[in-house]
Amino acid sequence: MAGHESFETVTGCKIRMLRGGKGAPLLYLHGAGGGGIWLPFMEKLAEHFEVFAPEHPGYGDSDTPEWLDTVGDLAYFYLDFIRRFGLKDVTLVGSSLGGWTAAELAVRSCHDLKALVLSCPAGIHLKGVAKADLFLWAPEDTIRNMYFDQTIADQLLAVPLSDEQRMVIAKNRLTTAKLAWQPRLYNPHLHKWLHRISVPTLILWGDHDKLIPPAYGPAYQQLIPGSKLDVFKNCGHVPQTERTDEWVRRIVAFAREAA
Amino acid sequence: MSLKFFFFHLMPYAALDPDYDKKYNAAWVTLPNSYYDPKIGHQLYNRYLDEIEYADALGWDGVCVNEHHQNAYGLMPIPGVMAGALSRRTKNSKIAVLGRALPLLNNPLVVAEEFAMLDNITGGRLVAGFVRGIGAEYHSWGANPAESHDRFHEAHDLIVQAWTQPGPTKFEGKYYHFEYVNCWPRPYQQPHPPIWIPSQGSRETIEWASHPDRKYTYLQTFSPVSALARFVKMYHEAAAKQGYQATNEQIGWSLPAYAAETDEIARREAKPHIEFFLNKLLRMPQEMLLPPGYISLASMKGILAAKRGISAGARTIDEVIEQGIFLCGSAKTICERLEKYREEIGFGYILPQMQFGTLPHELVTKSTEIFAKEIIPYFRAKAGAEKKSARARA
Repeated sequence: MAGHESFETVTGCKIRMLRGGKGAPLLYLHGAGGGGIWLPFMEKLAEHFEVFAPEHPGYGDSDTPEWLDTVGDLAYFYLDFIRRFGLKDVTLVGSSLGGWTAAELAVRSCHDLKALVLSCPAGIHLKGVAKADLFLWAPEDTIRNMYFDQTIADQLLAVPLSDEQRMVIAKNRLTTAKLAWQPRLYNPHLHKWLHRISVPTLILWGDHDKLIPPAYGPAYQQLIPGSKLDVFKNCGHVPQTERTDEWVRRIVAFAREAA
Repeated sequence: MSLKFFFFHLMPYAALDPDYDKKYNAAWVTLPNSYYDPKIGHQLYNRYLDEIEYADALGWDGVCVNEHHQNAYGLMPIPGVMAGALSRRTKNSKIAVLGRALPLLNNPLVVAEEFAMLDNITGGRLVAGFVRGIGAEYHSWGANPAESHDRFHEAHDLIVQAWTQPGPTKFEGKYYHFEYVNCWPRPYQQPHPPIWIPSQGSRETIEWASHPDRKYTYLQTFSPVSALARFVKMYHEAAAKQGYQATNEQIGWSLPAYAAETDEIARREAKPHIEFFLNKLLRMPQEMLLPPGYISLASMKGILAAKRGISAGARTIDEVIEQGIFLCGSAKTICERLEKYREEIGFGYILPQMQFGTLPHELVTKSTEIFAKEIIPYFRAKAGAEKKSARARA
């Protein structure tokens, strides 16, 4: 099964969305690398939830709206998105830049959320703990540095890119730069308001995350009251791909507990 | 048709250890500044200023300084310091500041003020360059490349407003907002100093620079002559589309140059120095050169085609002479080449970069003199004769 593809207009912006499964709603916010592909972890989540996997404004086949300047803009967009689809008791899952977006959303309003899952989220800064400079990574390094298990990178790198895919990558990088170049991958004000998050929150990290070091996990956990941190051993920045089964299992169990 | 000669200098760190690239992949951004020795730097700065001042004494039309940050390729991060030093020591030449990289600045009013000061001190010898900087600058200064174009336009509008509208005025932009725009001093040249736009070639820049409200001089920098031809044609077409005919005054070309007694001597003397420039100082990976948004998605293909090969693999002097990226030879050869290019393509300014890589002082001086004594007079005589015959016809 693949996610059902549709184009939706929310707040004047046309986006592409994949949707699949039955059950309580789960909104997945992708990272800086982009979305648009129905991946195995979505398929597995769709056995338990109705999964909404939009491509962010400015990414992939979604339009780039005039109003998009910051991750905060994306957060408001997804609050509008939740209202537009009438979603209630949402399990909100965000990865990396999507995790940052999810945290910004939850700081603004947890009204329609049931649980929050942040997977290797960007968004805050720890003095003295440098994130990697993804904008200086060559294309091959970008893929290699995402995974602890290099056979995954080997498989991805074995498939040549079409010109179309290269243009999508360029578009995604452009939007990521717009949102996260300076300050790099964080909002200096977000940490002040993370205590406002009032739904059960699960933070997931790979202990070999090369982009956002695992030291950010405990920092996030301390800032979100009552949140729980789980770290995957021998895992990089993309546990949803590198540890699909465990990653999904934890989210399913966590959402069940939150009920 | 006159051709004006502007002496261009990058002021590289010529003492750079050539083996740096065994450990580091760029002479920019991440190359440790422990490679820089301030004692050598002190000598280089003063030597380079001497070279520029000598060009003025020899009667060049103008001299140029330049802006690059955190690299060994060019040591003028704050070009106004150099222009300030030159403003008193040079007497006749124009001084073109080919910075400033506007999108890097949090407050572009500093450029309005700095340029106005230089214009006052020199009594109107300033040429104001506005650039976006090369991609590496956005890494070095943490400026967002995705905002580069928009900030450039907004900063430009702010500076021109500061120069031309009686202050105080307000400025209400997206990136810059000022309650009091009131530039003291006002520029010496009225309404403002000539504005030049150096670029490596983009349709957006050309369409903007050629707009009838601006008609700015577009400078094609360090590109093959075929790219120059293509972008000059684009400028003329853009002007025609906007209802006027562009003149040669609106086009300039900047490239490294070296003149010696014969072609053979020139080639032999220039070879190690231009190759150091090409293979050591220009070295940087693609991600550094083109951060996201620095060029629009639409023009990405164009610029890649124009610059293809420039940072790939070891380059040789033969290649760059062949492609017309490097002007090298006897006075006669350089005159012929320039004459040919000027007739075919059309440009009013030539900005020979007279020092490149490790080229030592004696050779810079020799080449500068050959330009001043044989090449520049050739074109001045030609322009004079053309003017005379035009008057006779009239």
